[in-house]
This record gives sequence, C-alpha cells and structure tokens, in this order.
Amino acid sequence: MATTPHPWLNPAVTVGGLAPLVLMAVQGPGGGLGPNAIEAALNSTGLIALVLLVASLACTPLRFVTGWTWPARVRRTLGLLAFTYASAHALTYVVLDQGLSVSALVEELTERPFIFVGFAALMSMVPLAVTSTNAWVRRLGFPRWQRLHRLAYVAAVLGVVHFVWRVKKDVTEPMLYGAVLALLFALRVGEAMRKRRARAASAARNPA
Amino acid sequence: MRDDKPPGSDITPESLYLRRRELLKNAGLFLGTAAGVAGGLMLLTGRRRGSSADVVPDAGAVAQPVVKAASEFDTSEPRTPYEDVTTYNNFYELGLDKADPSRLAHLLKPRPWTVTLDGEVHEPRTVDIDQLLSWFPPEERVYRMRCVEGWSMVIPWLGFPLAALLAKVRPTSHARYVAFTTLMDPEQLPGQQRAVLDWPYTEGLRLDEALHPLTFMAMGLYGRQLPAQNGAPLRLVVPWKYGFKGGKSIVRISLTRTQPFTTWNLAAPEEYGFYANVNPAVPHPRWSQATERRIGDLGRRPTLPFNGYAEQVAPLYAGMDLRKNY
Repeated sequence: MATTPHPWLNPAVTVGGLAPLVLMAVQGPGGGLGPNAIEAALNSTGLIALVLLVASLACTPLRFVTGWTWPARVRRTLGLLAFTYASAHALTYVVLDQGLSVSALVEELTERPFIFVGFAALMSMVPLAVTSTNAWVRRLGFPRWQRLHRLAYVAAVLGVVHFVWRVKKDVTEPMLYGAVLALLFALRVGEAMRKRRARAASAARNPA
Repeated sequence: MRDDKPPGSDITPESLYLRRRELLKNAGLFLGTAAGVAGGLMLLTGRRRGSSADVVPDAGAVAQPVVKAASEFDTSEPRTPYEDVTTYNNFYELGLDKADPSRLAHLLKPRPWTVTLDGEVHEPRTVDIDQLLSWFPPEERVYRMRCVEGWSMVIPWLGFPLAALLAKVRPTSHARYVAFTTLMDPEQLPGQQRAVLDWPYTEGLRLDEALHPLTFMAMGLYGRQLPAQNGAPLRLVVPWKYGFKGGKSIVRISLTRTQPFTTWNLAAPEEYGFYANVNPAVPHPRWSQATERRIGDLGRRPTLPFNGYAEQVAPLYAGMDLRKNY
C-alpha cells in the first residue's frame, strides 16, 4: 500500500478551516458576535473567503519559490473552503440581511456595482467548485481544466474590488490583499517566461 | 483448561506495532495544523467584532440630578441597551473598527476641558465644562440615531439644547452657520496619528438648524456621564441627520458667515454632503438608504424621512432640492 505523504494535512486544514464558521453559527444567535451580529458575520465570512482564496492561489507560486510539493496538495481544500465561506457570506446577506426580499436584492444587484462585483466573484467560483473533483480533471483533460481554474484569479481580483468598494475610508487592508495577488501573479508570469526561455533554448540545441 | 498463549487475534501485527508511532505523530500534526489554521483565521477576524464582553468603563452618574421633564420629542420606541450604545461606536480618532473606541476610551481625558465659543458672536468666551453643566442642568432626550452606514439606535441622551448655549454668546447679524471643532490630540486620540481623515474632525450646521429645539448638546446618556467612546465630555446630536453630523469631544463652536468645511464632505464630497439629512429616497452611491437595521433586530425596517422628525424639521428645507443638497 502506497502511503500518501502528510496524510493529516488535508483533514487538518478542512477541520481548522471550518471551525470559525461553526463557531460563528453557534455564537451568533446568543449575541456572541456583538451588537450587530449580521454585520460581524458578513465581515468575517467575506474576509475569510478572500484570505482562503488568496492562500489557494499562493500554493503554486510557493512551490516555484521553495520547491516544496505539499502546497499543491492543499490547494483544492483551500479553494473549496474559500467557496464555502463565500457562499456563507452570500447566504447571510441574502437571507439574514436582506430578508430574502427579491425587490431589494434586484435593486442592490442592478444599482450597486459593489454588490454586483461580489456576486460576480461568487459566480466565477461556482464552476471551479463543481469541477474540483478528480473525475472532472480527467473529463476536461488537464490543460483545459487548468485554463478554467485560472478563473480563481478573476474571483480573487473581484473579491478585492468588492472589499475596496465596501470600505468607507482607509483602503489599506483591501489594498494589502491586492498587493499579495499582484505578487502571486508576477511570480507565475516569471515562471511562465522562464519555462518558455528554457524551451526555446532546448529547441535551439536540438533543432528538429 | 487454559492456554497460556494469547489467542492469535490478540497479537498486534508487527507492521501495525511499528505504525503506532507514526499514527501518534500524524495525530499530533493533525491537531497542530487544525488548531493553527482555525486560530489564524479567527485572529484575523476576531478583532473587528464589537464584543459585548468588552469592559464598559463606568462613567459615573452625572454631577447634577436630572431635570426630567419628558420632552415632547421623546420617542417611546425601545431603547438600545447601554452596553450596545457604548461598545458599538464610530469614532475614528479612537480606531476604525466599531469595538476600538470602547477599548481605547481610557486614553481620552474629559477633565479638565474647556469649550471656546467665538466668531460672529457679541460675547466670545471660553467656558469650563463644569461651568457649562451648572448653566444647563441636564435634561433627557430619547432620540433615534441613524448612521449613514445603515444601522440605527434609540439613545436616551442627557444635555441641553444648543440654542440655549448660543443665546449666551449672542450671535451677530452676520452669523449664518455654526462650525464645530473636535479635540486634536494624537496622544489622547491615537487614530489621529494616521491621516485617515483630515484632523481635527469638523462639522457644521446652518444657523437655523443649530437653533432648532431638537438640536442638542449631549453630556451624558442613560443617566450617566458621557463615556469617552460616545464623545465625552460634550458632543453634538442632530437626530434628523446621519450620525456623522454629530461631532464628538467638541472644543470649539464658531459662528461663521460662510458654510464651514466639514470633514466627511471634504473626504468624499460625492458621498457625504453638508446637509446629510436622513433621506430614504436618496441612496448613498454605494448602498441603499431605504432601510436600516435597528441594533438588536435581525431584520431591516424602512427608514423614515428626516429619521422620523419630518414634522418638526421639513420646513427648514422648504424649496430646497434634497437630491442636490444631500
């Protein structure tokens, strides 16, 4: 029997990642989230969704930089956790904050770009969550699956825009996530260019 | 008859015996990683909660007995609990998160304190805060407060009408506006160490707004001295306007000929107007103002024009386009 290295890693990240959500669900009704529990739940779930999404996007660049292989193994778990928090964030907004009022939601989506951007971020994560299984990687073929999953960057950028737009003043914190994303993207572009140069060099040595 | 050898089923296979150490190691790594991930995420979000567990410093009873003449303007709606009024605050000079002001309130020293009244007045003067208290024994006003962010409270304030104070200094015939300046002291108000807004915080009213009987200078709430996080020792309360119009920890009140600059209007003029009247028909550019959440409620309620004080104050704005003069 082949043993997976770090068999504890994904279960631990899953349990630890879900713990704050469970705690919020338990604390909220009892007043443990403070005087404005819905606002607190919205802020916390939204921020955690963004952080987990950025963390999932950091896995591959982290491998380029360090040569470690374990980050790639938690990438899917982090991405699915991010989607879970983004869904909890949206559900809190739709059900608890807006009380499922269809007219209010339509108005918010059509007239408030900041709400629309958040909605778009969530929607762009849906196909990623659906195709997160090994079966879907096989069905799409890895290159196509990989191209599709670059949508994660789109979701993260939309998430940062949503956050910047939400803040009344002092955009330092959302900009920090924007800066991290830019760095991660730069690392990937750098890696792609390095690979292309390596291919060109090897092609020059071995002309077909 | 017994066999001394344990049955074969009791013997731990050697491979499992060897894996015991690895299993224990993995269990430890599992617990450590799970705790690390959970702890990290909660640390990230925990500080932004206005926790009811925060210590509310007891501000002490007001110096004078309350002159309790039930105001004709009092609302009979349920009052927001003292704990929520004093732990859920916007006071950027004491931090950007709602829980920061109560946490850092001990830094602000409301005594000794003086207030300067100047500008277009016949009798400019600087008054000690306790002198002010002796001039105007506190009366109670139970007002709705609506924040521009979409939440609201009901707060029993203690204080006196601004009109009474202005009468003491007698505005000149040139006075058309009243400007309020709040304390500038980065030692007591560490939020001022960062240029989040253009400090000190300033606010302003048209003179007729300032003289309106609803316009109130608060020195206490819930029968107690005003806690620092609520703007001790003296703050402005204009119940038909968004909360940010009510400057906290005021040190200067100036009568002016021209419309004074106000902090939020300077910071984001397209979002925060000079008037800032509560108006469900005029959305903030990024969110609707049609509804609000009363602190303590789960759902939202419709926002009332002028925060429910239209009958008293709508005539002040007769003929004005409140979409332009938001």
